[in-house]
Amino acid sequence: MALKKKHQNPPAHKWSLAVGSFFLVLFAIGVAVDEPSRVLEQAWQICLSCIGIG
Amino acid sequence: MEVIRKWVQTVAFLFMNSYWAFPWTATIYQGPLKVVCSPGLNCYSCPAAIVSCPIGALQQLFLSARLTLGGGQLFLGFYVVGTMGILGSMFGRMICGWFCPFGYLQELLYRLPSPKFFVPRPLRFVKYAILLLTVILLPLLVVNEFGLGLPWFCKYICPAGTLEAGLPMLILQPDLRQIISTLFYSKLTVLIFFLLWSVVASRPFCQTTCPLGAWYGLFTKVKFVRLTLDKARCTNCGECHHVCPMGVKFNESPDDAECITCLKCLNQACQFGAISLEVAGLPVRSLDIRRLGRADENSD
Repeated sequence: MALKKKHQNPPAHKWSLAVGSFFLVLFAIGVAVDEPSRVLEQAWQICLSCIGIG
Repeated sequence: MEVIRKWVQTVAFLFMNSYWAFPWTATIYQGPLKVVCSPGLNCYSCPAAIVSCPIGALQQLFLSARLTLGGGQLFLGFYVVGTMGILGSMFGRMICGWFCPFGYLQELLYRLPSPKFFVPRPLRFVKYAILLLTVILLPLLVVNEFGLGLPWFCKYICPAGTLEAGLPMLILQPDLRQIISTLFYSKLTVLIFFLLWSVVASRPFCQTTCPLGAWYGLFTKVKFVRLTLDKARCTNCGECHHVCPMGVKFNESPDDAECITCLKCLNQACQFGAISLEVAGLPVRSLDIRRLGRADENSD
């Protein structure tokens, strides 16, 4: 009788590597489209409505 | 280990808010470091902040997405979501326990002597709705005639923004006091509510409301740094329940999305070596466990 091969999920850290790589690609796309400059531009201004004033 | 964590929290708080020239400049830091997203919730309109809040930055990108797309720019949050995802897949909610300034403040408040209460468990799901609605959907979908949305979470909820930015800016720029409205008082009420709740309950904002905590909680099963349970060693004594600041019953749900990896269960509760820290699949034995091991050897 042939032994049934036990199915094993990949360990969690391999999933975290895969998920981390996916977000690294997103991060790289963001840098490529120059999103950091937009973030910087926004962060240099005081958003009064964001902090409850105005 | 708890002392080390407190030091890390203090250093993280001081580093993220290290623009100490603000009392003289009376404005916020406007240097290049603001391009970096902070790991924890730290308002970037705080006069001392040198980094950006990822939740604030994400909302700003979403609320202006129609305008920027119309201008041919693809600013859809890739950079910010990418940063948050990289941090999430590495540390998950460990960031809440080790690096978040607002989490640290809540921990300090909880030390004040008072009757203590648990946060009702069903309330933990509210933060996922807040993330989805106020950070993603509403800023993207509810726009004015110019195609601009609102930063719903920052504007109507975020108590960290009121504490770190709203109140200090009113002190630094007295002219702003003339334009405060009921919105400010409602946000001040939210802030006071959470500060008082933090005295009688452990990390109530983290447990119920924080959208960044909700985001990091999504990585609970795939993060690099995680606590693991050896069921063969666990006696189900329940000691880990008593020390957990997030109300996690670790022996029942070791992959709980609320776990902030503060290591209290490992170092202060479990005497049977059933809980261990794992980094990228490799077990890391803590100093205290080694000491426990030596104590066992001596008793033998």
